[in-house]
Amino acid sequence: MGKAAKTQEPTNLPTRLTGAEIMWATLVGEGVTDVFGYPGGAILPVYDALRKFPIHHILVRHEQGAAHMADGYARASGKVGVAIATSGPGATNLVTGIATAMLDSIPIVCITGNVSSKLLGSDAFQEVDITGITLPVTKHNFLINRAEDVAPAIRYAFQIAQAGRPGPVLVDITKDAQQGTAEFDFAAAKPRPHRPHPMLNVEEHGLAEAAELIRNAKRPVILAGHGIIESGAEEQVYSLAERAQIPVALTLLGLGAFPASHKLNLGMMGMHGESWVNQAIQEADLLIACGMRFDDRVTGTLSTYATKAKKIHIEVDPSEVNKNVNVDVALMGDLREVLELLLPRISSGHGGRDGSAWIKTIEASKGEVAVRDIKNLPDSGHLYAAHVINDIWRMTGGNAILVTDVGQHQMWAAQYYHQEHSRGLITSGGLGTMGFALPAAIGAKFACPEKEVWVIAGDGGFQMTAAELSTIVQEGIKINIAIINNGYLGMVRQWQEFFYERNYAATPLVSPDFVKLADAHGLKGLAVRTRAEVAPAVEQARSAPGTFLLNFMVEKEDSVYPMIPAGSSLHEMIRRPGK
Amino acid sequence: MLHTFVAYVEDRPGVLTRVASLFRRLNININSLTVGRSERAGLSRLTLVCEASAEAGHRIRASLYKLENIVDVDDIAHAPSVTRELALIKVAATPQNRSKIFDLVEVFRARIVDLAPESLMIELTGVESKIEGLIQVLNEGDEKILEICRSGKMTMRRGHHTSSVLKALGAVEDEAKEETKEEDAAGEPE
Repeated sequence: MGKAAKTQEPTNLPTRLTGAEIMWATLVGEGVTDVFGYPGGAILPVYDALRKFPIHHILVRHEQGAAHMADGYARASGKVGVAIATSGPGATNLVTGIATAMLDSIPIVCITGNVSSKLLGSDAFQEVDITGITLPVTKHNFLINRAEDVAPAIRYAFQIAQAGRPGPVLVDITKDAQQGTAEFDFAAAKPRPHRPHPMLNVEEHGLAEAAELIRNAKRPVILAGHGIIESGAEEQVYSLAERAQIPVALTLLGLGAFPASHKLNLGMMGMHGESWVNQAIQEADLLIACGMRFDDRVTGTLSTYATKAKKIHIEVDPSEVNKNVNVDVALMGDLREVLELLLPRISSGHGGRDGSAWIKTIEASKGEVAVRDIKNLPDSGHLYAAHVINDIWRMTGGNAILVTDVGQHQMWAAQYYHQEHSRGLITSGGLGTMGFALPAAIGAKFACPEKEVWVIAGDGGFQMTAAELSTIVQEGIKINIAIINNGYLGMVRQWQEFFYERNYAATPLVSPDFVKLADAHGLKGLAVRTRAEVAPAVEQARSAPGTFLLNFMVEKEDSVYPMIPAGSSLHEMIRRPGK
Repeated sequence: MLHTFVAYVEDRPGVLTRVASLFRRLNININSLTVGRSERAGLSRLTLVCEASAEAGHRIRASLYKLENIVDVDDIAHAPSVTRELALIKVAATPQNRSKIFDLVEVFRARIVDLAPESLMIELTGVESKIEGLIQVLNEGDEKILEICRSGKMTMRRGHHTSSVLKALGAVEDEAKEETKEEDAAGEPE
C-alpha cells in the first residue's frame, strides 16, 4: 500500500496491438522492470513480443521458482512481483508458490497462457483449469479470452494484489486473446477505485477505549506482525512502544518491523520463541496486536492463551478479527492509518504505570537462559547451526537480506540473526514451503541489487529447488548460500525425537556434495566443519565476486529450543538443555 | 444456528463458484441457495441459508466481502424480514381421487398449475413450515408424490432498508431510468 511502483504511460506504441503486446505494455505501465518466467506453447505469442519491451525476463528452471522469485521480489521491495508460465503443467507448477504468497499476504501477479478459447474445457494438449485450481489460493483470478480485456484485467490484478490485505492474483490469457488485436489505452484500462472492505471500522469510541486500556495497563505487550511491514507502519509502532514504554514481541514474519537491538524488543513469540517472550505474553494484562492474526504457531492452545490480558486487535482484514482469539477492542483498518489516529491519544510516559517495573520483571525472567544460550558456550569441537547463523549476523552487521527455507534452520535464523530492518528477513511463514529460499533470494536480489543477500537453507529444502543455481549462473548475480547440513530433515526428525520415540522414519537424508554441485554450475563453494572455520568462510563468501556456496556440516541431532509442543500452552515449553 | 445471508453479486461466469467454494472450505453445508436478477443492472441477488455457529456469522460475512465479485452482504440473522419459498409438487392423481387433492390445495392456498390424466402439479408459496405441512399431509394420505421441486428460501428485510454499501452505489431509480431510455431509443415494444 502506498508503495506501488510509479505507473508510467507507455510511449511510442501504435494504439492497435496484439493481446500479447498489450500484456507487456500494461506491465511496463505498471512500472514492472523484471519478470520471472518459463515459456511454453500456450504463452508463445507473449514471449514472441517480449523483445519489444523494456522488461528483463529471468528464465527460471521450474515454474515454482518463478512464483517464489516474484514473491521474494515483492517481499524485498514492497512492489508487485510478476511470474509468467505456460498452460497446463506450467500453470500447475506455480500453485505452491501462489499458495505461499497467499498465506503470507504477498502481492504477486501470475500470468499464465491457456489454450485458445474454443478449446477451453476440451482437455486439449496442456489444458488445465488453472483459474479453478487457484481459486482458493488467490485473492482473485481472471480468465481472459479477448485481446481487449487484457489491459483492464492486468491493471485490476495489480490493484487487487496490493489493496487492503495484499495477496496473489492470477491472470489466465487464452492463446487467441494473445494473438488477437485491440486498441491499447493504458489510462482507459484503469480499474475503478478500490473499494475498502465494507466492514472496516475505526470509530471514535473504539479509539478512546483502546487509549484507555493502554493508559491503564500495568503489563502491556505489543504483538508486532507482518502487517506492520505491509502497511508501512514501522514508525508508528515504534512511536507507540517508545511513547508508552511497551515491550514488543514479534511474530516470525514481523521480525525486522521493530529493531532487534531496541531495549523494548523482546524477540520472537510463539512455538520457538524465547521463554521470557511467551511468559510476558501469558502474564500480560494488555496485548496490542498490530497486523498479526493469532496464528496457531503463535498462540499454542487457545483456551490458555493470555487469559489475564485484555486484547486490542488492529487488523486490515475483518475476517481475522475474533477468528482465533476473542478481542476486547477491534480497530479494523489499515494499521498505519489506525495508529496515526490512536497515537495522539497516547500521552508520553506511561500514565500511572511504572513501565520500568514491568520491563524489569521481564528482564529478570530471562534469568540464566541467555547465559545458557549456545552462542555463549565455549567451543566444544562441535559445529552448531546457532554458531553459523550468529556469525553471519555478526559479520553482516545485521544488514543483509536473509532468505530462509523452512525447518530448523529457519527457526535458528529467527533466533540468532537479529533483524534490525524491515524487509530484512524473507521466509515462508504461513505455508511453510520447503524449497522457498533459493528462488526467493534470487527475486530479492533483483529487487535490491545493491543489498547483500544470504540464503539460509537446510540440506533437504535446498535440494527441492537447487536447479535454480543455473538461473543464478545465467543471470550472473551474486548471492551467498549457507546450507545448514545435518543429514536429516531436521525439524521432522526433532518431532520424531520428541513425540514419536525417536522413530526416525524417512528423515535421514543423503545429499550430493553441495560444493561439487556448485562447482558443476561454475560456482565457488566451501565445506565448513568446525566453529573456527565459520568466520573466515563467511568472509570468503562475502568477498567473492560471484555467488558462493557454504556447506556447513553441523551437529546432526541438534534441536531447536525452546519449543512449545503443538497443542500445548505457551508456558509449557520444552527448554534448552544444558549442553 | 441457521444463518441467512442476502448478497448482491456481479452477474458473470464463475461468481457462484467463488461463493460456494468459500462455504466448502469452511466445511459448512449450504441448506439452500437462490439466485436471480436484482433491481440493479449487472447485479444478481442471492439468498443463502446455512447452518453454522452463532459466532461464524461475522467471519462468513467478512470472508464473503473479500471476494471481488461480491458487492453487498447482509446477514439477516434476527432482523425483521419476509421469507418465502416456492414449491412445485407433482402428485399421482386420477380423475377419481383428484377432488381430495383439490380440497387440500384450497386449505393451503396453493394452486393447481398442471393437470394430466394421471398426475397434477401443485404450486405453493410460503414459509418453509407451510410447504413441509402440505408435503406431510400428502404423504399421510393415499396420494403418491412423484416429484418435488423447491426454490430454496428468498428473504427480504421489512421496511425501508438499504445498506450503506448499496447506497454508495447510487440510487436504483437512476439506473432504471437510463435503462428505460436505452430501450426507448432501441424502439423495443414493452
